[in-house]
Amino acid sequence: MTAEPFLAILVGVLFATATYLMLRRSLVKLVIGLVLLSNAANLLIFATSGLTRGAPPLIPEGMLVPEGVVADPLPQALILTAIVISFGVLAFAVVLIHRAYEVVAADDLDKMKDTDT
Amino acid sequence: MRVEVVLPVIIPLLAGSLALAFWQWRSVQRWVGVLGSIALTGAGFWLLHAVWHEGVLAMHMGGWHAPFGIVLVADLLSATMVVLTGVMGLFVAIYSLVSMRGDHERFGYHPLLQLLLAGVAGAFLTGDIFNLYVWIEVLLVASFALLILGGERAQMEGAIKYVTLNLISSLILLAAVGLTYGVFGTLNMADLAAKMGEAEDTALVTAIGVLFMVAFAIKAAAFPLFFWLPASYHTPPVAISGIFAALLTKVGVYALIRFFTLMFTEAPELTQTILLWGAGFTMLTGVLGAAAQFEFRRILAFHSVSQIGYMIMGLALYTPLALAGALLFIIHHSVVKTNLFLISGLSYFARGTHELKDLGGLYRTHPGLSVLFLIAALSLAGLPPLSGFLVKLMLVRAGLEAESYGIVAVALLTGLLTFYSMVKIWAEAFWKADPRGEGAPANGPAWPGRGAQWLLYGPVIGLAGLAVVMGVAAEPFLQLALAAGEQMLDTDGYIEAVLGAEAP
Repeated sequence: MTAEPFLAILVGVLFATATYLMLRRSLVKLVIGLVLLSNAANLLIFATSGLTRGAPPLIPEGMLVPEGVVADPLPQALILTAIVISFGVLAFAVVLIHRAYEVVAADDLDKMKDTDT
Repeated sequence: MRVEVVLPVIIPLLAGSLALAFWQWRSVQRWVGVLGSIALTGAGFWLLHAVWHEGVLAMHMGGWHAPFGIVLVADLLSATMVVLTGVMGLFVAIYSLVSMRGDHERFGYHPLLQLLLAGVAGAFLTGDIFNLYVWIEVLLVASFALLILGGERAQMEGAIKYVTLNLISSLILLAAVGLTYGVFGTLNMADLAAKMGEAEDTALVTAIGVLFMVAFAIKAAAFPLFFWLPASYHTPPVAISGIFAALLTKVGVYALIRFFTLMFTEAPELTQTILLWGAGFTMLTGVLGAAAQFEFRRILAFHSVSQIGYMIMGLALYTPLALAGALLFIIHHSVVKTNLFLISGLSYFARGTHELKDLGGLYRTHPGLSVLFLIAALSLAGLPPLSGFLVKLMLVRAGLEAESYGIVAVALLTGLLTFYSMVKIWAEAFWKADPRGEGAPANGPAWPGRGAQWLLYGPVIGLAGLAVVMGVAAEPFLQLALAAGEQMLDTDGYIEAVLGAEAP
């Protein structure tokens, strides 16, 4: 029993939830949507590159390549990098909506139309 | 070990850190910024010289060879874009010596500008798609912080849209990178280009390609994904608008060119058709949006959208001449649009407003500025003998040769409407009588002293001179662009330079 179908469904649910939240007018829900979207993208990398359980990518002593099928470490490195980046960017986004809330005095995107056309 | 490939990334990072170290000494920060930009320009020219004589250069970071390690690759397209990054960074750094207010500098304008340049140069040079994502995030974080320097209400509102849409585009890019790794098991651009033909599920590959197209089209502000640009570009101080207009959307266009000439060339009918229609609508919606505006910088922001359409048109036509035209158009647009933003800053210093109805009489009080505006504006509209004429001629000719008459008609119509917009600014801001009356002072209270004003005029004159040189002495630019266009279509050369001669 592989875990990939469950992970695929979870990724789909996260993308759908994130899209729904980002379409709301509230700034807070917008940021929560962005958080979920970044988690969905990270899990997508994890799911598409294939899951191998219980086989660490270790090369036995005296050999140049590992034996048999091992877990691919690269997607995990990619996800780790992406998590760090999205943590920084989302921290910025949270501060930004707080400042915007202070300046505009509303948690409503429809009240922020001054700079559109 | 080719050190010149990595220098354009290291120099701005070093200059930025150095500027951070002098946080309290703002005059030191300013000159570190200018000197860093000079060094970046020099490194860019060195790289271009090396690539011109030796072909595509690759540097394997940390001695790990491609496709396992991360490579930085410079071909003529990348090297030209790096030179452009340095030159525009330099002009804007000089302009901001005077134009940047103290409270903006206090929050780290100079280090952030260098970080932005590092991110842009890294995105142009990397040969790995995940690394491209990382560099795009670096430049985005710097641009987020630059956009809200000062913290006015308009900046906050613009930044919310800018940050949200650019984050969504980054996450689409990340998802596409993950899917690419799942299908091909590699993220190296040259390796991907070599393996692209081996994929079993071509529909999935096309879908991934379109995901990349959407991600980069948001960054490039192409139709129908451009709404963040006119909502935010006119809100920060003009020097920041200038560097954004010069470089940020160009990263999206560069990535589109790189992905759809090197890697995702499997379904050309589909991708080129989408790009061609997107290009046409981008030109038209941008220029029509500008026609409805009466604020100096908003008109320029909408024109940025419309000019992106020309660059994508060059990519969609997909001939050496069209790709050369797209590259020259990127250079032309950076030079001219940044110049127009800097000029709008000068007119703001003179009158204290950006609204066209409150401006006026600038031709009488500032004849030199008016001539500089005319050079930039007529070049944007594409009048000979300026740079805009040359690049539009190349694209129109490429379109006629490819028998895409529809896009040629749209391009020419857009040129005409651009001319209309520029004449509107000329008539309102420069030609009409000053609405404040006859005896009003020529300059507002914000106008800098006699010595300092040359630091504002210098970059504007330099950029106007570049626009004239690109039109009058076009031969070297043309040779470079045509060679770059040939090189973009010769993917084997790129693959061989990165993976070595024994690669398939």
